[in-house]
Amino acid sequence: MSKRRQNGSPPLEPVAGNGLLDRRALLGRGIVFASAAATGVTASLTGAGAEPLAVDPWSLEIGTAIPPYERPAKYEKDVVRTLTNPKNEPRNSQARTPHHLLNGTITPNGLHFVVARGGFPDIEPDKHRLVIHGLVKQPLVFSLDTLARYPMVSRICFVECGGNSAPLFSKDPVQANVQAIHGLLSCAEWTGVRLSTLLEETGIDPKAKWFLAEGSDLPTMNRSVPLAKALDDAIIALYQNGERLNPSQGYPMRLLLPGYEGNMSVKWLHRIKLVEAPVMAMNETMQYTMRVAGPKVWQFYFPQEVKSFVTHPSPGLTLKGPGFYEISGLAYSGNGRIAKVMVSADGGKSYAPAILDAPVLSKSLTRFRIPWRWDGQPVVLQSRAWDEAGNVQPTRAELLAERGQPKINPPVTAFTMGHMNAITSWGIDDKGEARHVYA
Amino acid sequence: MSMRRSLPFVIPLALVLGSGATLAADRPGLGKPVTEADLALWDITVGPDGAGLPPGSGTPAQGAAVYAQKCELCHGNGGQGGRNAALSGPERTVANYVPHATTIFDYTRRAMPWQQPKTLTNDEVYAVTAYILALNKIIGENDVMNADSLPKVKMPNRDGFVSKYPERR
Repeated sequence: MSKRRQNGSPPLEPVAGNGLLDRRALLGRGIVFASAAATGVTASLTGAGAEPLAVDPWSLEIGTAIPPYERPAKYEKDVVRTLTNPKNEPRNSQARTPHHLLNGTITPNGLHFVVARGGFPDIEPDKHRLVIHGLVKQPLVFSLDTLARYPMVSRICFVECGGNSAPLFSKDPVQANVQAIHGLLSCAEWTGVRLSTLLEETGIDPKAKWFLAEGSDLPTMNRSVPLAKALDDAIIALYQNGERLNPSQGYPMRLLLPGYEGNMSVKWLHRIKLVEAPVMAMNETMQYTMRVAGPKVWQFYFPQEVKSFVTHPSPGLTLKGPGFYEISGLAYSGNGRIAKVMVSADGGKSYAPAILDAPVLSKSLTRFRIPWRWDGQPVVLQSRAWDEAGNVQPTRAELLAERGQPKINPPVTAFTMGHMNAITSWGIDDKGEARHVYA
Repeated sequence: MSMRRSLPFVIPLALVLGSGATLAADRPGLGKPVTEADLALWDITVGPDGAGLPPGSGTPAQGAAVYAQKCELCHGNGGQGGRNAALSGPERTVANYVPHATTIFDYTRRAMPWQQPKTLTNDEVYAVTAYILALNKIIGENDVMNADSLPKVKMPNRDGFVSKYPERR
C-alpha cells in the first residue's frame, strides 16, 4: 500500500474481508491493481479480446420522432413499481420503488412509492382549497393560484413509509428483493411554500402546540403533528422533481415533513387546524404505532432513524463470475445528514468505509459506493450508516433486543411493526446469486 | 443504538407572537378570511375529550343491523376480519391499539363505509361505534353511546400508550 505508483494512484489491495477495496479507487484517479499474487485473482481490468465491431443497424436509418412527453426506452419496461392492489379493491394500495434497478438518489416521479387508501382522488385544481384554522388569530383559505404566488423553496428529501423494511421483523429471512423489503422509500426534489410563511399570515394562538393535517381523499386522512415541525422545515409542496405533484403524491398539494414517517406528510392536503393536543386519529393509534412489550404501545414515533442498505448487488442481480464489482446502496436519516457508511463483505466481521456521492444532503438519500473484487466464494454483504447527530444504524439483533423477538413469518407486505432500521444482509453464493439472510 | 439525538432548531420569535410581529406589506396576504362557522362541514375532527361530537346516539343492537348491511362485507362476520381488518380479536384491534373510543367514531364517520364514505348518519356512526365496543366487551350490550357517554368509555389499553415525542427513548 505504501509504495506509490508513477501516476500517484495507490494499488488496490483489500482493506476489509472478502475483497473490499480502498474507496479511493473510485475517486477518478485511475485504478491500479495490486499484484495478482497478493490477491489470488487476475489483476487486470481488461478481459478477453473483443470481436471486431460492425456498423450498427440503428445508425443506418431515421430514428423515432421526439414525443412531447418522453418515457423510458422500451427495453426498460420492467423498471416499474410492484403493486399490492392493482384492481383498487376496498383496502389500501401500496406501490414500491425498484431500488435495485435504479441508481443515483432521485426517484423518478412515476416510480415514487405510494401508500394510499381508496386510490387517488380526482381533484380539480381550480376548485381545491387549503384552509388553516383552529388556534390561529385569523382563519384563512388559500386556492392553488394564490399559493403559487407565495415565496417558494425547493429542497431534496426522502419520504419513507413508517412501515418500510418491516419484513426484517420476520422470524426467518423473507426471500424477497430490495424492492419488496425497502421499496416504500423514495427521494425527490420538492418545491412549495413553507408552512411557517402561511402561519405568519394566520397568526398563532400561544395555546397551539400541535396541528392537524387532513387530506381530501376517501378516508379524509388526518394526522397530528407537533407545531414545532411546522415552524422548522414543513412545506406545502406543489411540485415534485420540477413537475406538479403526481396524482398519487397528493396533487395538487401535499404536506411535506422532511425526515418524519411518510404517513404524516398528508397528501391531497385541504385542512390544517392548530390544536392544543393530538387528536388521536386512527393513523396515530391503531396504525403507525408499535406494540413493544406486553401492553406498551409506542406512539408518536416521528423521525425515520438512520438506515442504509445495499442495492447493488442484491437479490435478482446475479454476479457474472469473479472479478471487479462496485457495491453501492442508499443511506439516509430523518435526523440530518449521513456522516459515514461502512460496508462489510464478511457478515460484519470487518468493515471498510464507502464513498458518499456529493452532495450529502440532510434528510435525503445518499448514494454510497465501494469497489470490490469478488473471488467467487460465498460472502455476506452489509452496510451500516451513521448520521451527523451521532445516531448509528443498529444490527438486527440490537434492534430486536429492544423491540422483542419475532415468532412468526407474516406476508412480505404485512406491517407487523414499524420503524425498522436494522442492518440488511445479502448472502452471495458461489454462483453469484444473492439471497436475504440474517447474519 | 445507544445514542438517539435530534438536531436542535429554534422557533422564530415572530411566529410565536403572531401576525402583529410582521408588517402586512411584507407578505403576499392572499389568504381569504373565513369563519369557523363556514368550516362546519369540513371540521369533522373529534377530539379524545369528545370535542366535536355531534348530537345523536346509538346502541350495540342498532349498530349490529348497520354493520350487517354496510360493514360485514369487508370486516367479516362479528368483526373477525375478512378482506380487511378485524375489529375484534387478539391482534391489532381496538382493544389493544385505540386509547380513546372517540377515535372509532371519528374514523368511521370520515372514512366508512369504504364504497360510500361519509354517508352514515350520526346515529348510525354512534350505533356502529357501540357495536364495535360491545364486540370487544368494552361496553355492555345495552349501553347507549352519545356525545356524553362515548368520551367516558375507558379503553382497556389507554395507559399502555407511550409517547415517543419529543424524546424517542
